[in-house]
Amino acid sequence: MAYKIINSQCTACAACEPECPNNAIREKDGTFIIKPEKCTECIGYFDDPQCVAVCPVENTCIIDKAYLRYQATA
Amino acid sequence: MEPTSESSNAGVQEVVPLEQLMQKVAEHKGCGTSGAGGKASCGSSAGQGDLAPEIWEKVKNHPCYSEEAHHHYARMHVAVAPACNIQCNYCNRKYDCANESRPGVVSEKLTPEQAAKKVLAVASTIPQMTVLGIAGPGDPLANPEKTFKTFELIAKTAPDIKLCLSTNGLALPDHVDTIKSFNVDHVTITINMIDPEVGQHIYPWIFWKHKRVTGKDAARILTERQLEGLEMLTAAGILCKVNSVMIPGINDRHLVEVNKAVKSRGAFLHNIMPLISAPEHGTVFGLNGQRGPSAQELKALQDSCEGEMNMMRHCRQCRADAVGLLGEDRSAEFTTEKIMEMDVQYDAEGRKVYQQQVEQERQATVAAKEAELADLMSEFSNIKILIAVATKGHGRVNEHFGHAQEFQIYEVSTAGSKFVGHRRVDLYCQGGYGEEDTLPTVIRAINDCVAVFVAKIGGCPKDSLKAAGIDPVDKYAHEFIEQSAVRYFKEYLGKVKSGEIVHAARGDADIRQGAYIAA
Repeated sequence: MAYKIINSQCTACAACEPECPNNAIREKDGTFIIKPEKCTECIGYFDDPQCVAVCPVENTCIIDKAYLRYQATA
Repeated sequence: MEPTSESSNAGVQEVVPLEQLMQKVAEHKGCGTSGAGGKASCGSSAGQGDLAPEIWEKVKNHPCYSEEAHHHYARMHVAVAPACNIQCNYCNRKYDCANESRPGVVSEKLTPEQAAKKVLAVASTIPQMTVLGIAGPGDPLANPEKTFKTFELIAKTAPDIKLCLSTNGLALPDHVDTIKSFNVDHVTITINMIDPEVGQHIYPWIFWKHKRVTGKDAARILTERQLEGLEMLTAAGILCKVNSVMIPGINDRHLVEVNKAVKSRGAFLHNIMPLISAPEHGTVFGLNGQRGPSAQELKALQDSCEGEMNMMRHCRQCRADAVGLLGEDRSAEFTTEKIMEMDVQYDAEGRKVYQQQVEQERQATVAAKEAELADLMSEFSNIKILIAVATKGHGRVNEHFGHAQEFQIYEVSTAGSKFVGHRRVDLYCQGGYGEEDTLPTVIRAINDCVAVFVAKIGGCPKDSLKAAGIDPVDKYAHEFIEQSAVRYFKEYLGKVKSGEIVHAARGDADIRQGAYIAA
């Protein structure tokens, strides 16, 4: 799985963009999106997913169940 | 905290023996009589006051630091820093933040390049624009690349403009060297507490070292970083002002401790602002019914800190994209669309000439007040009154009652006059007709004042003001405010002495909720 940003909740503050260790976040049409194929849920980098921890609006960065859980390559 | 302050009641004590009164005068170090000059010295609010000459030189053209300068000089904020690294209970990121200069998500965000062009466009249109600030909409130091790129571009094209920034302080220690290298000479830190016990009720979380930290731990880290940053700024010779939001029942009493802590670490000015809180702001405090302070509660706290250090009372809590003089907002003239079309010619020489004129005008204002004060010094009275003034700026009584969107409040005693605050109101007069519905709210906003000075006023509101015990005064139209205030006070004292009027305590007044934003 990967994280996704709920578009209607996003304030486009860009706080998440530089925190993402995978450079998976970018601006698109005024709000931000996460590229699911790049997202690792921060596994292997940090204890907490960075976009979730820094986002000022609760429940805006959530697990996207459409994608398989990321498997860290050993 | 009791709503009535000691100072506002000081005038109604019946009989005070002369020795006791003289003792009080001798002990009063804050804003009272200061030496042979006899001028009221209230730090930034009354002019140079007790600021050191080198600090005065730095702040005299800065509207956010010097009450006197704010009549004459303009500032602008550019919204280049949207990200934030902490969460405050008085802020909901989805909406305008009324307390900390933050426009909501619908407002324009600028790139550093757009911001630099906007600054040049505004500075060319408004020659008294002397200060460029970055205050958000998030935290400037949570967006260091954008913030410093903006400073770099402006320093190159308009080197006469002073740069300043306003931060929550969490990232401050990491950036003091860079701030110094960009010649930023003014930094504001918002410090609402120095005790994590208090802080846990103001800050639900901070983002720190890749983690969301909550509760007392968050508050402890934040206060340590804020005070460390303040000490580093002081050591680097960068002027630092501290903003505090007064939240009744949470940090109101504690702010006296904050005041001492920041003073001892070198902050030169403390700005205690009222919490602005309403359910429609969608903030934790707005939704849980946390109230803001009344006008007299705010004044009492500011007065109690005044002996410790310079207090600032003219803050309009303006937004991160505000443009113009404090109390006016011309941001609508400078939208991104408009500035990108402008052909900007930066006229450094013209700006200099204009600012010299402003300086002369300001000196005339001070001279007029000093002259009026001269024979007041021989009077002895413990009466203090508040006067509300309708003004468009330039230190004069030059606004119609019905056109006033705010009233400036002056306190006058035998020690002189001093600016003690401002009250925002809804426009009474719209389209040439007085709105009867809004008049009671205007009266509530200035209810603690004995008189209101206006350039002009209609018969109807005049009668209502009189009925509320507020004297509507239009005889000082277009005169200097402080000279007129002292003149009025002399007449007032005369009338009290002759028994024509009885001096009585006025009640409290309301602080209008909502940020100062363009309509």
